[in-house]
Amino acid sequence: MSGFFSPQRTVAKANYNRWMVPPAALAVHLCIGQAYAFSVFNSPLTRVIGITESAPDDWKLTSLGWIFSLAIVFLGLSAAFGGKWLEKVGPRLTMFVAACCFGGGFLVSALGVYLHQIWIVYLGYGVLGGIGLGLGYVSPVSTLIKWFPDRRGMATGMAIMGFGGGAMIGAPLSIWLMQHFASPDSVGIMQTFIIMGCIYFLSMLIGSFTIRTPPQNWRPAGWTPPVVQNDMISQHHVHIDQVLKTPQFYLLWLVLCLNVTAGIGVLGQASVMIQEIFKGTISAAAAAGFVGLLSLFNMGGRFFWSSASDYIGRKHTFTLFFILGIALYASVPAIGASGNMGLFILLYALILSMYGGGFSTIPAYLADIFGTRYVGGIHGRLLTAWATAGILGPVLVNYIREFQIEQGVAKADAYSVTMYIMAGLLSLGFICNLMIRPVHEKHHIKHDDLDKIDSLFPHSKQTDLEKSAANNSHEEIR
Amino acid sequence: MSHSRSRKLTDLLLLILFWLYVSIPLAWGVSSTLQKALTLFK
Repeated sequence: MSGFFSPQRTVAKANYNRWMVPPAALAVHLCIGQAYAFSVFNSPLTRVIGITESAPDDWKLTSLGWIFSLAIVFLGLSAAFGGKWLEKVGPRLTMFVAACCFGGGFLVSALGVYLHQIWIVYLGYGVLGGIGLGLGYVSPVSTLIKWFPDRRGMATGMAIMGFGGGAMIGAPLSIWLMQHFASPDSVGIMQTFIIMGCIYFLSMLIGSFTIRTPPQNWRPAGWTPPVVQNDMISQHHVHIDQVLKTPQFYLLWLVLCLNVTAGIGVLGQASVMIQEIFKGTISAAAAAGFVGLLSLFNMGGRFFWSSASDYIGRKHTFTLFFILGIALYASVPAIGASGNMGLFILLYALILSMYGGGFSTIPAYLADIFGTRYVGGIHGRLLTAWATAGILGPVLVNYIREFQIEQGVAKADAYSVTMYIMAGLLSLGFICNLMIRPVHEKHHIKHDDLDKIDSLFPHSKQTDLEKSAANNSHEEIR
Repeated sequence: MSHSRSRKLTDLLLLILFWLYVSIPLAWGVSSTLQKALTLFK
């Protein structure tokens, strides 16, 4: 591939500052993180015809629920299948396609609202937007890991923190725009979709144009890999297809899936849960504040835990998530029953920080185990664990709760069993994490095979010019 | 020498601008969420 989007054109020049890469990644992740705030459109979308209240021909909430579900399914699919493509074409083109899909998804959805055809909205935000989400999520991660070999966790934490923060921008922005465009004839949602589609497209485009990959074998000035070798940080690389033949991939898949299932299960129910456990004390507005507080800890945890993993190690970080998680989940029923709301909020805040931390620590964990060469694609494939957990978590919590209420358990006590089951899931995750060992050398890429692979994945191939830049860049690039 | 210095300054300004570009909206989002979260303690 030649031209502006070619992988060779994205290789950084000698005076490039590596601290330009995190904002480029954030420019994408802050946009796609809007997905977590999609629910703010639900109520207006049920009043597109009736305006003040739902008309008989208006869309029902049950039909609208499919928009977000489709987006998450396509996020998982595009990350899994697009990851290998990302390794071939590089982050710039992948981010550009993500910008077109995510921004375009909003515009197609606006057409769907205008024509009042739900299938167009499914196609727009669900399919196109979902593909944009998946490609946008994985595209900057491997680049960041390669730029920050000394702080892999912190680097991925910065980008993935943006995904957590995206909803905090998306939600108030959507509400403000809908209020601005609302009139006696319109809920203002079509115009909001158009404006947001354009803003997100442009912002992601800036990220795409500014991202740069480091020259091969580049190292930060003055940094040398630790002399004492850590078995859990591989100096070898495993090919993206070979990864699927290693037990480590499936163990890591389970580790992420179980950590996310537990977190997502309680996150979706947080508002109802606190209102039912502290009935009469917590209003609907206070419960919304509780959810907001949890979002802050979810976002902060993404940066804090992944940065901490640079010092305590990836495996130890997940061990901490699971041990602390088991203790916290198992304590929730007793703390709720004691009526200590402050402690209850603190427990939830910690739980959500570890839920976010799991997302941001896993790419660095993958890079440690499988090497950095194909980490973007491998990460994409592992994100199917997230899509699975996205279905498993809420279903598990809802089903168990309904079953208990049917059995005559009081609403406020109906979450106890759920919490113990989540603690059980975390115990399984703890065992899976404990079983993770370095990859057997038979899976490593042999040096002789690297040239062959480079012809298939030109993104990682070096030209003579880049080799020269790499040799000269240790002091220039910060 | 001065060309190199002015280039370094331009790069630094660009870096600061780029960080502001992403951190201002994020700070706005965090402050909105924090204000909402404060209702929990009122």
